[in-house]
Amino acid sequence: MIWNSAADFWAMGGYGFYVWGSFGVTALLMALEVGWVRQQRQRALAQVAAESASEQGLIKDWQS
Amino acid sequence: MNKIFFHYAAPQNFYALAGRLWPWMAALASALALWGLWLGFFVAPTDFQQGQGYRIIFVHVPVSWMSMIIYLAMAFWAFLGLTFNTRLSGMMCRALAPTGAICAFLSLWTGALWGKPMWGAWWVWDARLTSELILFFLYLGYIALTNAIDDTRRADKAGGILALVGALNVPVIYFSVKWWNTLHQGASVSLTQGSKMAEIMLQAMLIMAVAFWLYAIAIALYRVRSMILMRERHAQWVADLPEIKAQFKGALP
Repeated sequence: MIWNSAADFWAMGGYGFYVWGSFGVTALLMALEVGWVRQQRQRALAQVAAESASEQGLIKDWQS
Repeated sequence: MNKIFFHYAAPQNFYALAGRLWPWMAALASALALWGLWLGFFVAPTDFQQGQGYRIIFVHVPVSWMSMIIYLAMAFWAFLGLTFNTRLSGMMCRALAPTGAICAFLSLWTGALWGKPMWGAWWVWDARLTSELILFFLYLGYIALTNAIDDTRRADKAGGILALVGALNVPVIYFSVKWWNTLHQGASVSLTQGSKMAEIMLQAMLIMAVAFWLYAIAIALYRVRSMILMRERHAQWVADLPEIKAQFKGALP
């Protein structure tokens, strides 16, 4: 094993700030991107449903 | 082969295909990322020159590769779109751009965090760093340009031309460490000379690279599905989708 303790692992031999700054921001941006595309899909589904409802004259059902 | 190609060039068919593919890509990407991180943090030994700081390469190299590969993929779709005028091409191009921009930004970000302790500077105007910065701006320019034009077909065309012209920058990035005498080190992994890295470090880096690649595919497929829905929203097949019908059920009392 390379690491003697958890603290040793997080310290990264003095490079902790740089290593975790790299991996942390990468993980953060990926998580944000996943959340963002999911929100996009929900919005697209809602908008398409609303428009197709009004096109088919179902707008009353949709609103009630 | 041609038949399959044209079958999936139709947005309706591609929507279904992408819906089946992305969960597998995402699952595989997560599994490989865990494996790569395990190797990178717990198996790969300390570097004798750079200590533990070298572990940044397990994220820096994959995102840098992806920033270039995604741009080339965009140029490929742009070329298809401009020559064959397929509807899907413009959407794929635009679905890839945000992920490419994120990879280019992360390449610069992780590079800066590596550069500070190793070179003593967050940033230098070195050929490789500068050309990567240009790539980041190309992504932002592409996104801004396509969002600024309301007519989607014209936006796709204008963006496609920018993607194609900008692709000239990718070989400049790749060969910059050879063409100019730069501060950024040369390639540690080369197609012609093999690798200069220790076996296990290389393995961890390549696994991470494949994980990022699959992540980019999964997210682009997911994103393109929303774009297909929006652009095809007046088509009957969209109205017939179960996920659209499910929207009504939620709204009814």
